[in-house]
Amino acid sequence: MNIRKIRDLIGTKLMLVLTIFVSLLFFLIFIILFFNSLLILESHSIIELLFSSTWNPMKDQFGLFPVVIGTILVTGISMLIAIPISLLSAIYITEYSPKKFKRPIRSFIDVLAGVPSVVFGLCAFIFLVPLVRDFIAPFFGVESTGLCIFTASITLSIMVFPIIISICVESFNSIPIELKEASLSIGATKWETVKKVIFRASAPSIISAILLGFGRAFGETIAVNMVVGGIPRVPSSIFHPGETLASLIASKYGELMSIPLYQSALMFVALTLFIVVLFFNLLGVFILRKARRRWKY
Amino acid sequence: MDEKIEQQIETKNLNVTIDNNHILKNINVKIPAKKLTAIIGPSGCGKTTLLKSFNRLLEIRDDVKINGKIIVDNINILSPKLNVPDIRKKMGLLSQKPYPLPMSIYENVAYGLKIHHRISGKKLDETVENCLREAGIWGEVKDRLHDPASKLSVGQQQRLCLARAIAVQPEVLLCDEPTSALDPIAAQQIEKLLDKLKKDFTVVLVTHTLRQAKRLADYVIFLYFGYVIEQGPANQVFDDPKQPETKAYIKGDIS
Amino acid sequence: MEILDKRNFEEKIFKILMIFSLLVVLSSLIIIVGIVLFRGGSSLSLDMITQVSTGELYQSGTGGILNAIIGSLLLALPATGLAYIFGIFIALFLQKDFLHPRISVFIRLSLDILWGIPSIIYGVFCVMIMMFLGFGTSLLAGIIALTFLEIPIITRSIDESIKMVPDGLKESAYSLGSTRFETAVRVVRKQALPGIIAGVLLGLGRGIGDAASILFTAGFTSNIPTSLLDSTSALPTMIYFLYLSPNPLAQQKAYAAAFILLVIVLTISILSRALTKKSTKYVIK
Repeated sequence: MNIRKIRDLIGTKLMLVLTIFVSLLFFLIFIILFFNSLLILESHSIIELLFSSTWNPMKDQFGLFPVVIGTILVTGISMLIAIPISLLSAIYITEYSPKKFKRPIRSFIDVLAGVPSVVFGLCAFIFLVPLVRDFIAPFFGVESTGLCIFTASITLSIMVFPIIISICVESFNSIPIELKEASLSIGATKWETVKKVIFRASAPSIISAILLGFGRAFGETIAVNMVVGGIPRVPSSIFHPGETLASLIASKYGELMSIPLYQSALMFVALTLFIVVLFFNLLGVFILRKARRRWKY
Repeated sequence: MDEKIEQQIETKNLNVTIDNNHILKNINVKIPAKKLTAIIGPSGCGKTTLLKSFNRLLEIRDDVKINGKIIVDNINILSPKLNVPDIRKKMGLLSQKPYPLPMSIYENVAYGLKIHHRISGKKLDETVENCLREAGIWGEVKDRLHDPASKLSVGQQQRLCLARAIAVQPEVLLCDEPTSALDPIAAQQIEKLLDKLKKDFTVVLVTHTLRQAKRLADYVIFLYFGYVIEQGPANQVFDDPKQPETKAYIKGDIS
Repeated sequence: MEILDKRNFEEKIFKILMIFSLLVVLSSLIIIVGIVLFRGGSSLSLDMITQVSTGELYQSGTGGILNAIIGSLLLALPATGLAYIFGIFIALFLQKDFLHPRISVFIRLSLDILWGIPSIIYGVFCVMIMMFLGFGTSLLAGIIALTFLEIPIITRSIDESIKMVPDGLKESAYSLGSTRFETAVRVVRKQALPGIIAGVLLGLGRGIGDAASILFTAGFTSNIPTSLLDSTSALPTMIYFLYLSPNPLAQQKAYAAAFILLVIVLTISILSRALTKKSTKYVIK
């Protein structure tokens, strides 16, 4: 009896310690990144870092503006592609596809979610880069090497599909069938029911799916790094090369250890990335809770 | 049955199989217009299935096979050429638990009106008000029309669903145990409404409480394990049942 | 009638768009698998998986990637084990038997935030910690980075499956005189086993395929590591460096390495399905 009590006590304490550690982990990450970026913040203001355009560490210039623009473009375009395609796919899977196709399609999407990002990068290089270089960019009258903002956006959107689709499918499936019956029995078509009832009833989940997908796209490193071109210059078109925050860290990592100021600049990039992702995650949670209260059905 | 009474719905050899279970077997029923028809029988014997076959809601589930004919206004509504939303518009549905759509009280009623009649503005406001009045809920919601419908009590929600259903001017109201989730007072309100509405609509009521059927029904269909055992005017079925199963059910031996 | 025609027309248009969207999604996977199979399969040879890499691999594309395969396993397996230990204890602790639901909400929130943090951040974070402690790139640093990456994934997956355990089951364990800890570890864990396995394998799949977190931490070498403090190569980083190589022969090898990585990841995913099905035998339904 005593041994069991002691084991209960020790086990519970262990659980407590692990839980506290993990819940404090993101504070720890923030603190480490913050203190390591102090060095660069002493000599350069945040405004200067984020809004000046010249990136030349050797001359003590750490303007991240082109990288910020590159990140916004790559992530924004990828979401513009991913959101409609994912939502329509999710609706087709839950509401329209024959039952026997549902499981295979979902397994397919699970497998897509598990493909490592470096493989996405390789495949984008062999498939999308020539496609953009030889067909899409010339179609818009732009000359491009194919290693550009647009290619990175398409790659990211494919990586984001499974995230948005699986959360949406989950949420559409949890809508009670009676709610659909209510709309259909008024004489609404299936699409009207989807548009006005299903989308509304699962709006919070759709928004949180989109924000999660956004977070993934925003922080994706390797796949973007492989196809975005890696040039920190404000691109004059989306078919020109650019650079994103996450990809910049990977590109410059070889130089990371050598100069303290340079290292600190990259820590500042990581800190920026961390804060933006944190912001969107929290926004997602906030919207989800607030909307749930209003949309309760 | 009296030949003068106009038929609203008639089924001919209706068979329904769900997931390889034969739920409805050779159903031949006639449902008179502008009357309240109660479908009674023990639970799990296909009452709801029969009800939902009338507006083709069954087929939104997978693995459902329907054979036979359902004739409404001289048209077999099971014919594949027909436009299903058109059929469903004729048949309002009131389900067991109220399911208000995830929008405001006003929008719930306006939903069908916007879809079918493309009306808006003042005319829409008036129609919404009329429907809410007819469902006996106008007084309770007139000051909060733009609140989410989910904030209403369950009884109010059910009356809202009734208003929503009659807004598109159906010919038939299909009611699937509409009072089973309600408290006695709310249930009584719904019963009174149904009694009033049968002047203008053909009401088909699925119920498992015999007393409710006795209170409301003009005409009764008794289902037992997927078969129609007996159908006829209410007083005849209740006072002088022909079949032994019906007798037992009405006496309370089987439930 | 006119209105209805219009409505049906809209439905048809959107149905076509839906099918088109789904085809885009499904064909991207088919294209990816196709590319890796054909380009990778054609340059795959026995040498690839029996020899370690040398500088030659990046120059002329000769040699193998055995060290990267072993490195990947040495990184991902211990990391998954560690993350499982964290995951199972934390997830069990999040039950209302141990923790007030209001506090659990916040811990779940912080886990969800950790899940969303890009893997490159974990990499940078671990580099900083290791530098602070005086270590360089090493197997240990890579394992730590991957553990952090996998903890939220595994914990939240286990947590979700534990939430499904019926209260009645716990109550009957208590009524037999079990302590909270015994109930959690012996009863709840068994009941949630399929979800736990699925969660652990999900974490393993993610860990073995991630490049950004081990790029700075695990380092880069031609040798198979012999101690925790040795640097190590791994498949994802190896693929990345082969891709960056200007030599087309080396680039070709990147596809062969991707072939092996994809096979491993797909095996894990299939295994997950099979084991989840098999492990349901203790589950009370």
